[in-house]
Order: sequence, then structure tokens, then C-alpha cells
Amino acid sequence: MVMSTLTLNTHDSARSTPDRPRISKWGPRLLTTAVLAWFALLILVPTIALTRQGLAGGLRPFMDSLTATDVRMSFVLTLVITALATVVNTVFGLAFAVVLVRQKFHGRALADGMVDLPFAVSPVIAGLMLIVLYGPRGWLGRWLESAGIRVVYAWPGMMLACLFVTLPFVVREVVPVLREFGVDQEEVAYTLGAGRWGTFWRVTLPSIRWGLAYGVTLTVARSLGEFGALLVVSGNIIGRTQTATLYIHDGVESFHPEGAYAASLLLAGISFIMLIVMETLRRRVAAREGADEQ
Amino acid sequence: MSHAARRPSGLLLRSATLSYLSVMVVLPFLILTIQAFQPGLTAFWKALTNPFAWHALKLTFATALAMVVINAVTGTATAWVLVRYAIPGKAFVNALIDLPFAVPTVVTGLMLVVLYGPTSALGAILGQHGLRVIYETPGIVLALMFVTYPFVIRSVQPVLLEMDRAEEEAAATLGAGPFTTFRRVTLPILWPSILTGTALSFSRALGEFGSVVLVAGNRPLATKTAPMYIFGEVESGNLHGAMVVSTVLLASSLAILIVLNLLQRRRGGAS
Repeated sequence: MVMSTLTLNTHDSARSTPDRPRISKWGPRLLTTAVLAWFALLILVPTIALTRQGLAGGLRPFMDSLTATDVRMSFVLTLVITALATVVNTVFGLAFAVVLVRQKFHGRALADGMVDLPFAVSPVIAGLMLIVLYGPRGWLGRWLESAGIRVVYAWPGMMLACLFVTLPFVVREVVPVLREFGVDQEEVAYTLGAGRWGTFWRVTLPSIRWGLAYGVTLTVARSLGEFGALLVVSGNIIGRTQTATLYIHDGVESFHPEGAYAASLLLAGISFIMLIVMETLRRRVAAREGADEQ
Repeated sequence: MSHAARRPSGLLLRSATLSYLSVMVVLPFLILTIQAFQPGLTAFWKALTNPFAWHALKLTFATALAMVVINAVTGTATAWVLVRYAIPGKAFVNALIDLPFAVPTVVTGLMLVVLYGPTSALGAILGQHGLRVIYETPGIVLALMFVTYPFVIRSVQPVLLEMDRAEEEAAATLGAGPFTTFRRVTLPILWPSILTGTALSFSRALGEFGSVVLVAGNRPLATKTAPMYIFGEVESGNLHGAMVVSTVLLASSLAILIVLNLLQRRRGGAS
């Protein structure tokens, strides 16, 4: 490159690694301080404030609020819905990723785009869609009601809400890794006599496992935190159809926030753990992609 | 159709997954749009130009825009500092950037109420100076900034990491100061990723509900955003009004996603 003869041989030879500390210069120092201050103000301070508030009375009252009946039931409901939604959308995600990557058919690009639609939808709108479709006067709801099946204002509606908002994650994370993995090893397995299912289990699945794990983690985190769609669809009756997020909202709105603080901390704590797992997996996936490129 | 697509098992897999997708995603979209327009175009327009609906939409777009402008600057700066400088605790900060992705939106709202609410220390101090955050528009923008914090950063970071510094260094040898170098050399390379990040955060902000509903105070014609309006109309039984505003929000988000998709494809998938 002509340019390289003109450039100064500056202190770093590896372009993609960060500079050695230049915090002796005021410009970078100012910028760094500003950025870190913004980060602290926007992200850290509210988190600390909530933690302080939640643990204000001490650890005992905190634990006591968590074991109250409606709190416990709300967490049980949250975890059950999350588990079911994760299982269903993981199976769908894997299957659809295989279809999108390994099959060619008319409308494949359209189907690919459709998967991303839940990302463009506000949670309240998702809830509204479910009410319009499955409510007592809805297109499908009418028939279901006459068959005695209650969807909205009951837990099936909440399931559908969580299924909707978490639908894209596994597909989107598995498709690129599956695409990169390529068919060669699978075809070798076929020639050696492995059936399609055996090949999937023993060859395909292990090679996409980090992308899959990342997608599953995103699904769980999203489902744990789902609120807007659940609020619209659930009818929010205490003790019966309340998830953890609905419980928190109810606590704040009814000016009884003590239980809400404790529940928030627990939910935030679980989410934080999910975050650590997410970050670790994200780096694994990125590292794998980097390794594959070499 | 490929060989894999024609196999019976492939056919089964494809029809099963496409059916699931149709029932779960396509059908709800279709029904909502159809029913929003079913009473006719005049009814649609009337529901849309209802002063409460119109104000809610204006507020939503305005707060999203304000957030996006701030985020474009702070997000790029943060990505810059994370990639180019060595700071103590960088791994810690880098991991926490994604916290807003993991935290449930209601918890975000609660955090902000705890910190800035009228009964809090900080809220009282700010209130004395006439700066009301919670139950006012600044609170909405603050909530939006929190939940969309990672978008621009995570969009710009990979581009910065992969960037070839040769041109920047050449500009430096030719006498350009750091600002000029950034403006004329770096920014042109970065702006597509900045645009992607801001478009994603804008789209997300249009629909944000959980954090805003706790922070905004629900005053119609003052602090009621479009998602809150939609929720209110569903609760009071005005499903058509809710559907009309929903259609507008959906169309906006979809337009943004489609434009982003086209731009990314034009660039050969590099983002």
C-alpha cells in the first residue's frame, strides 16, 4: 500500500487492539470521564438506588416480602410461562433455522423477514393483537369460547403473548451459525450411514451449540421481563393471573411498593445472571466465528 | 425447490414451521390491520385525529427523536472510548452496557421512580429547582435513553474494532487535528452503523411501554404516550381507537426495519 510508506510508525502495530493509555492528554481524558460519568449516571446509579431501597429495611424483611403468597405465585407463574415458551420457541427456532438455511423454496426471503416482525411490535400492540384474535368476539376467540376454552384473561393468552415476543431469538441466533457450519460434515455423516435424525443430534447440534445457547438465553431473559403484552392480555387479577412483572406494576400503581421493590430486586438479580451468561456466550459465538474464518 | 425441500421430512418440517409462523405472527398482524380499517377510512381518520390520540402520537415521536439525538452522540462516544482507550474496569463496563437488554422494563421504570420520584432525596432537590423528572416529559426521555442505551454502542463498536487506522494516521501526518480527523476520516466510515443503531433505538422507543408507564404519570394531553394511549383505550373498551393508533406505530416501525434491511443488503450485509 502506498499509504503505508507515508504513515508514521505509531506506537501500536496491531490496528485492532486499543491504544496504550493516552490519558496523559486532556482530550481523551475528558471524553473518557464524560462517557464513564454518563454510564454511571444512566445505568449504575438507578440500579444502586433500587438495591438500596429494596434492602432498606434489612435482609429479613426483604426475604419476608419475597415469601409472601402473591409474590411466590407470581414468580412461579413467570417461571412456568418462561420455561414453556422457551421450550416451544427453541424447537421452532431450530426447526425453522434448518428450513431457512438448508432448503430453497419460493417465499423463503419473505418467511425470513416475517420472523423479525415481533421486534417491530410494541408489547401493548402484541397484547391488542391477541385480544382482537382470541378475545370473546375475536375471529378465533369466538370458536374457542364456544368450545369452552378461555384464551385471553387467562393463562393460555399469557403463553401466547410470551411466545409471540420471544419467537425470533433462537432462529436469528442459529441461522448464521448454521449457515457458516456448512453441509460438508453432515454429508459425510450421511455417507457413513447416519440417519437424518442421528446426523442432526451428533453432527449439526454440537456445532451450533453456542449460537443456540445464546438464543435460548435471550429468549429466557425476554420472557422473564415481558410486561406490556401480559398486562393487556391477562386481566391482571391478583393471585390468579399475575406474573412477577405484573405484580411489580400493581405494587407501584397501588402505592404499596414494598413488595414491589423486593420482587424487582429478585427479578433484576435473575436478569443480571442472565446477562453474565449472555455476555459469555456472545463472546464464545464471536470467537467461534473468528476461528472459523481462519 | 432444492432437494432438501422436496424430501417428505423436509416438506413436513417446512409446513409445520411455516404454519406456526403464520398463526403466531402473520395472522395477528393481518387481523389487526383488517379490523382497524373495517369501519372505513373516515372512521380511521377520525380515530387518528382525535386530540388525545394525536397528542399521544406527537409526544411519542418527539420523545423518541430527542432520545435518538442524544443517544447518537453518547453512544458513539462510548463506543469510541471502549475501543480506543484503555480504562480501568473496561471489561466490567463493557459487560454492563447490555444491562438494559436484560432488565425488565417495569424494573427500569421502578428504578427511575425510586431515584427521581418526588418522595426521593434527589427528586426533592430537583423539584426545588423546578426540574421535575418523574411524571413529566424528561422522565420519559430518561426511560427511553436507558432502555435503548446499548443499541448505538453495540452497532458502532464492531466497526470501530475492525477499522483500519491507516487513513486516520495519514491525516494526522498531514496536519489534521483530532477533531478534523474524526469528522473527515472516521465519521464517514462510522455513520452507517450509527444510523443503524439510532434507527433500532427509535423503533424500540416508539413502542416502549413498561418503563414509561411507571414514569410518565398517565396524564392525557400531557404525558400520555401512544403505547399508553393504546393501553388506555383497550381498558376502556375502545378497541378500534387502540387499533388505529397501533397501525400507525406498526407502520412506522416496519418502515424503519425495511429501510434498514435494504440499506444493509446494499452494503453487502456488512453492518
